Amino acid sequence: MSVATGRSAVLEQNRSPRGERVLRALRTPSGAIFVLVAVLFVAVLAANPSFGEPGSLIRFIGRTAPIAIAAIGQYFVIVSGEFDLSMGSVVTAQVIIAGNLIGQDEARALPVLALMLVFGAFVGLVNGLVTTLLRVPSFIVTLGTMLALLGLVLYWTGGAATGNPADSFRQIGRGGIRDVPVLEIIPYPVLILAAVAAGAFWLMRRPYGRTLVAVGDNAQAAALTGAPVWWIRTRAFMLSSLAATVAGIILVGYAGVHPSVGRGYEFTAITAVVLGGVVLGGGRGWVLSAAAGAFALELLFTLLNFVGVQSTWRDSVQGAIIILAVGAAAQNWQRRRRTAASPTHDPNRPIEAPRPTPGTTEGGT
Amino acid sequence: MDIDVSTGRPSAPILRVAGLSKSFFGVPVLQDAALELFPGEVHGLVGENGAGKSTLMKILAGVYERDAGTIEIDGRPVSFTHPVQARRAGLSTVFQEFNLLPERSVAQNIFLGREPRRGLLVNRREMNDATAELLAELGITDIRPTATLASLSVAQQQIVEIAKAVSYDARIISMDEPTAALAGAEVELLYGIIDRLKERGTSILYVSHRLREIFDLCDTVTVLKDGRVVASAPAREFDDASLVRAMVGRPISAYFPDPSPGTAAGIPLLELSGCGNHQLDGVGLTLRAGEIVGVAGLQGSGRTELVEAVFGAAPFTRGSMTLGGRAYNPGSPRDAIRHRVALITEDRKAQGLSLNQSIIDNALSVVRSVHPGRTGAARRDAPNVFSSLEVVARDLDQEVQYLSGGNQQKVVLAKWLAIDPQVVLLDEPTRGIDVGAKVAVYTLMRRLAQEGKAILMVSSELPEVLGMSDRVLVMRDGRLAGELPAGATEEQVLQLATGARGVHS
Repeated sequence: MSVATGRSAVLEQNRSPRGERVLRALRTPSGAIFVLVAVLFVAVLAANPSFGEPGSLIRFIGRTAPIAIAAIGQYFVIVSGEFDLSMGSVVTAQVIIAGNLIGQDEARALPVLALMLVFGAFVGLVNGLVTTLLRVPSFIVTLGTMLALLGLVLYWTGGAATGNPADSFRQIGRGGIRDVPVLEIIPYPVLILAAVAAGAFWLMRRPYGRTLVAVGDNAQAAALTGAPVWWIRTRAFMLSSLAATVAGIILVGYAGVHPSVGRGYEFTAITAVVLGGVVLGGGRGWVLSAAAGAFALELLFTLLNFVGVQSTWRDSVQGAIIILAVGAAAQNWQRRRRTAASPTHDPNRPIEAPRPTPGTTEGGT
Repeated sequence: MDIDVSTGRPSAPILRVAGLSKSFFGVPVLQDAALELFPGEVHGLVGENGAGKSTLMKILAGVYERDAGTIEIDGRPVSFTHPVQARRAGLSTVFQEFNLLPERSVAQNIFLGREPRRGLLVNRREMNDATAELLAELGITDIRPTATLASLSVAQQQIVEIAKAVSYDARIISMDEPTAALAGAEVELLYGIIDRLKERGTSILYVSHRLREIFDLCDTVTVLKDGRVVASAPAREFDDASLVRAMVGRPISAYFPDPSPGTAAGIPLLELSGCGNHQLDGVGLTLRAGEIVGVAGLQGSGRTELVEAVFGAAPFTRGSMTLGGRAYNPGSPRDAIRHRVALITEDRKAQGLSLNQSIIDNALSVVRSVHPGRTGAARRDAPNVFSSLEVVARDLDQEVQYLSGGNQQKVVLAKWLAIDPQVVLLDEPTRGIDVGAKVAVYTLMRRLAQEGKAILMVSSELPEVLGMSDRVLVMRDGRLAGELPAGATEEQVLQLATGARGVHS
């Protein structure tokens, strides 16, 4: 009956064998990013073998953690079909809040931490509600939030580095568990990233996560299955701002307090997400691939650094990657679209006699 | 021209296809297909979804390239690698999805990309005159060349699409389910156009799931099954039963299954009285447990709006509804689902499915959205549901976009079965799906009725409405025009639907 779907039969078994599923996954854009990370890693090793030492490797992961966390946050918004451009400004605002409100008073660290989380959630809530209930495109809403927050920060700080939070707070970003065998140190950011990634992975397997992707794929269909689309998207914006908050907390530790911290973070996060094979417009891609996209990006910059390309090229490289990744995804997408009726459309392919595939039953279902 | 004495028709086919094969990923979807199309002939191409009809049409249209085989037009072998080449050779295709620009005029659409010019500018007058002439030739008087596409009805847009195909001086027009979006009277209009085209000597390759159209229109019928031609003969040599048997490869004992034993209309479950909104008015009806009620009416008569209102997607603003004896005022689909009301939407791809998601994700989507706590139980149930519906697929992780229409519809049904609905609203439940899947949908409806669910089914296909319903409600202009008992005739339904013979409205 449905010859076009390939090796098909009345659904009885739940899943294909694990090995087959992994292979199939690696051929999707979101799976291929893990291959890309491996390739880039080998390339960096070739350029600088000392990069592979456990101690330097774990520090690299720690350095990349805030970007990866931001990418995870951005993933939620992008997979639901929206954008969050306010991320970088949220990072900046949180860094400034920490620097100015905590000061050298250790006792204020926890209350201010709580305040930062509330503030992060609030920014996301506003972004989400304006986007979903007032139906303003998120691109515009979050652009507005980005500028508004940035203006606020500049007004507050006068544009200069101000404040310096207590050392215990900065330890979150720069400290770690010491005296670990082999690794010497496990930076806290690595642990935070692991926790965030595990939480995000879990969330994406929950009903909320699956519904979020369904909303990004087809919001109308999702609404007709009873999903509260506005609230699902709004929560994605809140997750994004909270991720930016966490990234900000880490950055206070090793970047210090300055209004330029966090600048451009939204685009770096979007680049990472896109590189992770997550389709702009929503409905496709995995959260861990977004995190892997951040690592691929950082590995690429490390590689360029080792081969002597100046870091001032960073923005240009990032811009090129966004365009290339989205272009590649579009190409891939079109190919898959043709697959829908079915695939391979290569005029140069030699004509081959049709051969029955094992499992294709002749003469009906 | 040579005339074959035995058949009385021209013996030289305008289109001859032989040995046509096409595989995707090594999976053959078309094998050794052959057909001959004669001048002025309407040639029906039928088969279940996935039988290879679309692939064959797309090869003829130059969308796909063939792997093997020959295509001859007027005895000359042709080979298309692009749709434009096919059109130049006199072969136009009307696809199921319209390729029209909604904000442009009829004339602009028809002459898109080849506008008549005067100097550097488009010669609007010539374009409009040529369009008017073209429409007149097809016997169309109610479409102005300057009208915006969006202002036309779906049927009129379909006609514009056909006029566009004709305007390429097409001698062969292939049409993929041209009536899929049309209701009764509009289909008649299409019949008229096809007659005109035949008179002009144009040949038509006609793909449809509606058997009646095949018998009404076609001179010859070719049946595809699993990519092969299994039968090809003059239409008069087939009847409903033999054609269906050829398509599915097995006899279908009863096209519309009989009610399951023990099914009886029980207590009133859903009651509407004086309900209305900006599109509906004064709707009152009672739906009993165990009952299948059909809703008929022309396109735009308010059928879809009715089920959407009951489902809370476009709620009633007047009147009252009760469900199981209690007041029921759903403000959103979510409300309705909480009350165990399900809606199988008309447009499967736009409203029913998340096409990029897997079968299992789609099947669990309702439960996850509304009753997340029950996801685990629904997941454990899923394999049984899929096998009872006979969903054909690779595995649960396959994206639904790769399934045939029939299997996609079964996934939609599966997602609603997961909430154990008490009222099931179906809007065009068998549109664009193959005969086998249709029977599966009908069988499921009977089973649900037996279990005491109340079923309201909207359909443009009168045989379906009459074959499945215990009662038929007919809508016209946003109101219920009347009710007919089981055993009513198509004529009675049409009289009510069109308002003929002064039925009150």
